[in-house]
Amino acid sequence: MLGKLSLDALPHDPIMMGGAATVVGALIFGALIVTFLKRWKWLWSEYFTSLDPKKIGVMYLIVALLMLLRGFADTLMLRAQQVLSTGDSQGILSADHFQQVFSAHGTIMIFFVAMGLIFGLINLLVPLMIGARDVAFPLLNSVSFWLYIAGVALINGSLIIGEFSAAGWLAYPPLSTLEFSPGVGVDYWIWALQISGIGSLLSGINFLVTIFKMRAPGMTLMKMPIFVWSVACSMVLVAFAFPILTATLSMLSLDRLIGTHFFTSDMGGNPMMYINLIWAWGHPEVYILILPAFGLFSEIVATFSRKRLFGYTSMVWALALITVLSFTVWLHHFFTMGAGANVNAFFGIMTAVIAIPTGIKVFNWLFTMYHGRIKFATPMKWFLGFVVTFTLGGVTGVLMSVPAIDFQVHNTLFLVAHFHNMIIGGVVFGIFAGITYWFPKIFGFKLNERLGTYAFWCWLIGFLLAFVPLYALGLMGAARRLDHYDPSMGWQGLFVVAGIGVAVLGLGMFFQVLQLVYSIWKRNENRDTTGDPWNGRTLEWSVPSPVPVYNFTHIPTVTSRDDFWETKQHPQADTRVPFEAIELPKNSGFGFAIGVLSALAGFAIIWHIFWLAGVATVAIILFVIIRTTGEHDSEIVLSAVEVEQIDAAARRKMTAGVKK
Amino acid sequence: MRRRYKIGAGIIAGLAIGVGIAMWSQTAEFQVLDAQGEVAKKQLDLLIFASTLSLFVMIPVFALVAFISLRYREGNRKVHLYRPTWDHSNVAETIWWGLPALLIGVLSVIIWTSSHDLDPYKPLVNDKKPVNVQVVALQWRWLFIYPDEKIATINHLTIPEKTPINFTITADAPMNSFWIPKLGGQVYAMNGMSTKLHLMADSTGDFNGSSVNLSGKGFSKMKFITTATSETQYKEWVKQARAAKSLDWEVYTQIAKPTEKTEKQSYKLEDAMLYDKIIEKYMPMHETSGHMKEHGE
Repeated sequence: MLGKLSLDALPHDPIMMGGAATVVGALIFGALIVTFLKRWKWLWSEYFTSLDPKKIGVMYLIVALLMLLRGFADTLMLRAQQVLSTGDSQGILSADHFQQVFSAHGTIMIFFVAMGLIFGLINLLVPLMIGARDVAFPLLNSVSFWLYIAGVALINGSLIIGEFSAAGWLAYPPLSTLEFSPGVGVDYWIWALQISGIGSLLSGINFLVTIFKMRAPGMTLMKMPIFVWSVACSMVLVAFAFPILTATLSMLSLDRLIGTHFFTSDMGGNPMMYINLIWAWGHPEVYILILPAFGLFSEIVATFSRKRLFGYTSMVWALALITVLSFTVWLHHFFTMGAGANVNAFFGIMTAVIAIPTGIKVFNWLFTMYHGRIKFATPMKWFLGFVVTFTLGGVTGVLMSVPAIDFQVHNTLFLVAHFHNMIIGGVVFGIFAGITYWFPKIFGFKLNERLGTYAFWCWLIGFLLAFVPLYALGLMGAARRLDHYDPSMGWQGLFVVAGIGVAVLGLGMFFQVLQLVYSIWKRNENRDTTGDPWNGRTLEWSVPSPVPVYNFTHIPTVTSRDDFWETKQHPQADTRVPFEAIELPKNSGFGFAIGVLSALAGFAIIWHIFWLAGVATVAIILFVIIRTTGEHDSEIVLSAVEVEQIDAAARRKMTAGVKK
Repeated sequence: MRRRYKIGAGIIAGLAIGVGIAMWSQTAEFQVLDAQGEVAKKQLDLLIFASTLSLFVMIPVFALVAFISLRYREGNRKVHLYRPTWDHSNVAETIWWGLPALLIGVLSVIIWTSSHDLDPYKPLVNDKKPVNVQVVALQWRWLFIYPDEKIATINHLTIPEKTPINFTITADAPMNSFWIPKLGGQVYAMNGMSTKLHLMADSTGDFNGSSVNLSGKGFSKMKFITTATSETQYKEWVKQARAAKSLDWEVYTQIAKPTEKTEKQSYKLEDAMLYDKIIEKYMPMHETSGHMKEHGE
């Protein structure tokens, strides 16, 4: 009846119990607050069932930032272990638990933090930037979000019931096969990724269609904001790469469930095939994350330099080139598998070639600033931090593109430092810059600049302190993922420095939380009264902040790049066009239901409760059939009068709270 | 302005703390930079060359960042040219498509030649007869088989100096990676597969070796010492090792069981085909041929 599930699945070890207690406690605490404030109904009707991409975007951001804290808690344990565990001391974690923690850290940070933040910003910005009222498939968008939440639920559920994978964030077989990982950990990993991965794929298709079909009249492809271009390229990668992930995970789970031999090391299975496939998804995945970050920075640099983006056409071609090339380099993740000199050389050269379009972007940003009037608000500080760290990471990446050099640093902490260099210095800094920059558009008030600056310096200094030592440790011969090392290696000092760095990063996060709380408290002092607090360039700044549900009362007609900026340069007589009725999608609990059922199905398969998995799957299919057949009253219509009222109220609200 | 200096001071102080603590751990040794073998030395040369080449990108970028940020900042008292609509220059863009392309072009040549020159599968040649060592990654220790000397060891590897060593590498465990940083780069150890690596020690000494690919709970214990000795000492060592207990398939199946014991062992090799049998274990025909049964599996 309950498959493999029994009371033994509850945590016994004190540290694991602490983890479980934290998750359960946070859930209960959240539920209590909502109950106390009597906000359940509001939460359900305004957020959970909303098909408004702005609301969905905010939910993505909130969940992903919470997951960032979870992933950071893992970091603290990893760093503490590596500082302490040398000689006779075994540190605070057992080897198996340590391996679970770094596997969870990597999985969470990539799938549930970086992807969540990127999709959050895409949801918030893309429709506004292209002058659309919605995404192409609003209901599908909600399904994507709830599939992401199902993944979040499963990976955090593994803390409470059972265990997580100890096979690393990409679960290489044969280690991840039933033979070497008989527990449910790898199954949690598979199903958390499988379910959220399908959500990502659906989002990718959704935004591709949105970008290609829903742009405002006059916005040709070469007049799109560069962020929209970066998202288009990123979503092309999603559409091509995520099916590979789905197929690979399916085969791995079949190996574990019904005893097939796709990736086992005996009976004709081939683990090397898995490693090829997972990186054929995994390398493009890196660019899925970094391309939108490039886009965010491009918008920010142009705005704060008060100048057009330099070399727009070059930028677009560079993005497109990176998109294509990112599918031709996956083998550089395993030069050490013995593929032979010609193959290694080919993939090494392709990898180095990617540095060209990436480098061009850096020069174009710098020349956007050249002959500009640069205002160093916090988003711009993040940009400068990004240029410094990203260049450093890019250089170490190019070093590793030489196979003969890679043989000496592969799988060491040098590699770990490199990819954190790209992901923190690139993706995370980009997202923080983006959140700071667009925060007033989303919520109607700016974040506190001073606390933001403190946070930035903590992140930059903390990052350097945490990861420069790892470069050095790699060159000292320290493998990644070591739960224990010999004192004679002399690594402890540098691990201590890295630990200090992580503490400084933690301080940065503390300032960010403080910044958020303080800014909400003092929100009336930092109101965005115009809808255009930064002297912005793109369409989203032409509407009130926070943006009304329909985005635009009138769909704009675009005549140039940075259309809003150009309009501001040549103000024209305000020709009042009468308001018109607007159709919007109706709220729907469909996405929520699919998410819950998917999480249930995933949980059931993990624990071999097959009847429940069957029931949940059938229920999902029935829901889809019912929803997609027959007539549904899925739209609401706002009349012209209502639109006028909402518009007037939004404009009133912008200035209302401000003390004169 | 003063606050900026404070921030700068903060960064420098932070980095200084870092360097200070690093110096405090005086036993630390940069194994990758302290190459003791022909392969490692060439790889180090490459690392230095590529790092130098990358300075051609890093220095201009950092200089431009500093120069442009300071010169065109809003608060600059000296007002510089402001051209809000200037967004294109053929000359400039040609330079920064061209210059990185040129650097990457140079690097590509290096990648191509070094990939062939330092292909781990390429045997090293000098006037000495190479020593063959078969490496088996177990859960969680290393078995080294010397098929010609008819000996085997666990968790210690002894090789003669200035002599090419031909490693063939497999695993009877999850995938590992076989690495002796001071002698040269790593290669994966995989079940049912035999990979190759060719290394040579230029001098005598003890060099750390380890697994660098996660292979389960005993992974961090998969370390061994590589001892490079003079040729006469090596012959002496082989003689001693031969006097040890014997290793056949039956003993091997005991050794291959998962363990986190790391003691060094030496064996006299009784079964010359041991390495091939370990690989054959994973071959599809193994079940049907009954080949292993003869050896008492």
